[in-house]
Amino acid sequence: MTTTALPRGRRRVGFPPPVVFVLVLVPFLIEAVGVFWPAIQGISLSFLRWNGIAPAESAGVQNYIDLASDPVFGTALRNTVIWIVLFGGISFLAGLGVALLFQSERRGVGIYRTALFLPIVFSLVVTSLIWSAFFQPSGVLNTALEGFGLGDLTRVWLGDSDTALYAVIVAALWREIGYVMVLFIAGLKGIDPAIMEAARVDGATAWQRFRHITFPQLRSVNLVVLSVLVIDSLRSFDIVWAMTRGGPYHSTELLSTYMFSTAFESRSLGYASAIAVVIFVLALAVIISYLVRALSEEKES
Amino acid sequence: MTVSFAPSSRIEPAVAAPVAAPEPMRRRSRRKAARTVGFHTASILISLAWFAPILLVVVTSFRTFDDVSTNGIASLPHSFSIDTYVQAWNQGGMFQATVNSLIVTIPTVILTLLLASAVAFGLSRFRIPFRRTILLIMLAGNLLPVQMLLIPVTRITQQIGIYDTLGALIVVQTAFGLGFYTFVLYGFMRTVPGELQEAATLDGAGPLRIFVQVILPLTRPALAALGALSFTWIFNDLLWSITLLQTSSRLPITAAVLSLQGQYVSSWSVIAAATVIAAIPSTIVFLLFQRSFVGGLSLGAMK
Repeated sequence: MTTTALPRGRRRVGFPPPVVFVLVLVPFLIEAVGVFWPAIQGISLSFLRWNGIAPAESAGVQNYIDLASDPVFGTALRNTVIWIVLFGGISFLAGLGVALLFQSERRGVGIYRTALFLPIVFSLVVTSLIWSAFFQPSGVLNTALEGFGLGDLTRVWLGDSDTALYAVIVAALWREIGYVMVLFIAGLKGIDPAIMEAARVDGATAWQRFRHITFPQLRSVNLVVLSVLVIDSLRSFDIVWAMTRGGPYHSTELLSTYMFSTAFESRSLGYASAIAVVIFVLALAVIISYLVRALSEEKES
Repeated sequence: MTVSFAPSSRIEPAVAAPVAAPEPMRRRSRRKAARTVGFHTASILISLAWFAPILLVVVTSFRTFDDVSTNGIASLPHSFSIDTYVQAWNQGGMFQATVNSLIVTIPTVILTLLLASAVAFGLSRFRIPFRRTILLIMLAGNLLPVQMLLIPVTRITQQIGIYDTLGALIVVQTAFGLGFYTFVLYGFMRTVPGELQEAATLDGAGPLRIFVQVILPLTRPALAALGALSFTWIFNDLLWSITLLQTSSRLPITAAVLSLQGQYVSSWSVIAAATVIAAIPSTIVFLLFQRSFVGGLSLGAMK
């Protein structure tokens, strides 16, 4: 972190007075009650059959068995994987690309960066409306295609089950790439310029410098970016909900949207909880690697 | 409106330029000029492509309904109107929705910063037993997928009678955000030298005084960054709002814009106006806190 110039000396003073325990415990309890207690409940709800009104019945693992043969769940799972690979993969590559392009301070670069990450400021609802205008039947994309004499390619992008998912991904990418760029630029700034200069003097080409210096030096940033992207992919909800609500015919359904509509529209709370647990299990690898990393950093210092 | 990244000025190693440039040097500078032109051309194209969708919506928001429906969104505007804004603001309930969003966002940001800095202070400055465990548990809470919490939290808010109130959103968002804030602030406060604290203790300051008068002022950059960032996160949230709120007059701006989309399904200019209104508050915060905002994006991620 570059945030402070203070030296790292940090001696802790004595045994903490009681007031310090209060300062720590109150927020800790708030998080425990507000986050962990519900999360545990969420797991136990997944073993119930319950519509929120009638008394809940125990369902054992039936919800999970039903999930396995639920075609919509299958679609949602597949779409979530596509989302992680395409949304995550393209954000990573494009984010790295623009970070390399815009890493050095030179005239105009601030404006370019701002243009790229301005979308982060907007909500995903705003993003979805902006892009819905673009993908409208008489929107920019179709008009442009007709202008280029490619009228055969025009379609109702968000209403066509073959293209809707990819149209939503384009909108999501527009907002994510700037964020990934910021992470990578922060990482690139951390690379010692002396190494790069030495390689340059030794006559390494731009590609060789990237391949053998920049990319390996970005290793820890890469891990962070990939984790952020996987977690963001699993969490993605707003943009899909605002653009398509998972339709048409579940073609843009993600686990998160399916969970939401199962819970709050079909009112199958136990079944929806089981979907939530699946999302949690998918996120677990990232959560664990994050914690391992945080722990090892704690030990180092 | 430009953004420069904090530790920006990396001075290029100055190459001693001979007074009379020999032939290869001149060729190199020509190549350099060509590369600069290429860089700016590519960058301008990328920036325009990124900016174009925003421009499209802003322009559409100032067009009349008839103009958009006869000529299409993708046409050049033939009209200018601010009726769309009047309509979105009054009939669309955008005023109420903006107020609702601010009622949720501002207390949540302040509360979370306060609580998180209290934990971070305790954990970073004192030998609290299970220090590391507490920190990791809090971080883990932030990484949990929010979908796990939707149903149980809805049920709990119904049981304690705060379901369908803005207060429920404040409580939930605060609890859910705490982990990340704590993690970032902890990392930041650890870098404050212990000598400052010792000196303050010798002067007779208690922990609360040290917290408020020594540590918090030194943590200001991180607080500003987190505050600016989380303002946009909470202001822009949709999922919790549509889960915990039912009454349409209590909906925050994201949910209101979305329901407006269903209501004015054919009037793109009104929807565009509402979209622009919904984007304004976070844009203002971004402009005010540019530097902190951008720095904040990589807080906690780069250590």
